[in-house]
Amino acid sequence: MKIWQCIVCGYLYDEAMGDPEHGIAPGTAWADVPDDFECPECGVTKSDFSMVEV
Amino acid sequence: MSPIVIVGSGLAGYGLAREIRKRDAATPLTLIGADAGQVYAKPNLSNALALGRLPEQLASETAAQAARRLDATILSHTRVRAIDRAGKRLLTDAGEIAYGRLVLALGADPIGHGLVGAGAERIHAVNDLDDYARFRAALTERNPTGKKRVAILGGGLIGCEFANDLVVAGHRVEVIHLGPWPLERLAPEAVGRALAAGLAAVGVTWRFGRAARTVEPAGAGVALVLDDGSRVEADLVLSAIGLRARTDLARAAGLATNRGIAVDRQLRTSDPDIHAMGDCAEVDGMVLPYIQPLLAQAKTLAAVLAGEDARLAYPAMPVVVKTAASPLVVAPPPPGASGAWQAETTAKGLIARYLDADRRLLGFALGGAETGQRLQYAQQLPALLA
Repeated sequence: MKIWQCIVCGYLYDEAMGDPEHGIAPGTAWADVPDDFECPECGVTKSDFSMVEV
Repeated sequence: MSPIVIVGSGLAGYGLAREIRKRDAATPLTLIGADAGQVYAKPNLSNALALGRLPEQLASETAAQAARRLDATILSHTRVRAIDRAGKRLLTDAGEIAYGRLVLALGADPIGHGLVGAGAERIHAVNDLDDYARFRAALTERNPTGKKRVAILGGGLIGCEFANDLVVAGHRVEVIHLGPWPLERLAPEAVGRALAAGLAAVGVTWRFGRAARTVEPAGAGVALVLDDGSRVEADLVLSAIGLRARTDLARAAGLATNRGIAVDRQLRTSDPDIHAMGDCAEVDGMVLPYIQPLLAQAKTLAAVLAGEDARLAYPAMPVVVKTAASPLVVAPPPPGASGAWQAETTAKGLIARYLDADRRLLGFALGGAETGQRLQYAQQLPALLA
């Protein structure tokens, strides 16, 4: 499972953890997160996340 | 269908190319960049050590991969020498390139440290991925797992983030900063001093109100001699004393420039066929070398280039200082605002508010766990550009 990082604020989206508080189930691949998902920390949109390989 | 040529293959150039292709699959697109043209996000450089990432892991694509994804021509390691506005072509290392619409996304240059002497080659400015790879190589030179003494010139955003990243990776970090506290142009004293204390608590040493005057060899490394005669010894030095928009190309071509390349709300320069965006551009007197303004500009400019009637607007855009040991989000008041800062220390961190005479919130800073409230505070601020 991969980890994605918001380029604005560093928020990490871990595919294994998902983001249940914002409606994303654990195990959800980044590609399957809706396009209107916004970074919970700073509000930028999904397309503005860049990827971290951890 | 008039071809678009973008000069610059950083976050601005690639960000714009992506936004253009979301609405226009047909217009020929060329990007010209001075470096290798890898796709990466500069904000990721200053926390790569904490995330255990090597420089080569920071690039998500090569220029060739990006060229296929974007259906664009990408010229790397190519400098633009001049803009021939009358002939609508660029004079470059790779020959002449014609443009229909031109976008300057040149970024900014690190302000030179000006230090001369043997040992000056140990001073690194890190302004792109290639620079960062050289810096990381110097960090592991002769001793891949050993810890180094790193001196940082400049306690601004970049200096503070790198200080945090280096100290957490086990290196000895000393920051030499001209201002009285870090980020003094963005943050009031209480906020700056809290940031300094938070980083000091994880081992960063600060020298405030000081500047380096000379550099000389010292043992296996160098010594910086400061303006008060004191010495800071280090194995290598990171120079992070500020950025200056790259305006030379535009100025030489007769475009209006100020601190940045002057553009209007459609990111258009004084030439109707030439636009500018990112760290090199000045919109309404503002040069904002951060990510959120860049992303807003990319979306607006792509719409403008597609013939839409779009105008740049900026909401409040707080700056996130990615110092994990002392998190900070700061939204300074707009230029010309008159009001005052009040700061309170809370159980979770720090809350500072900039209020005008009518007690309206015009700026804020949140430190520690209080940064969790950044969106609520940002929503109370007036737009930076309505």
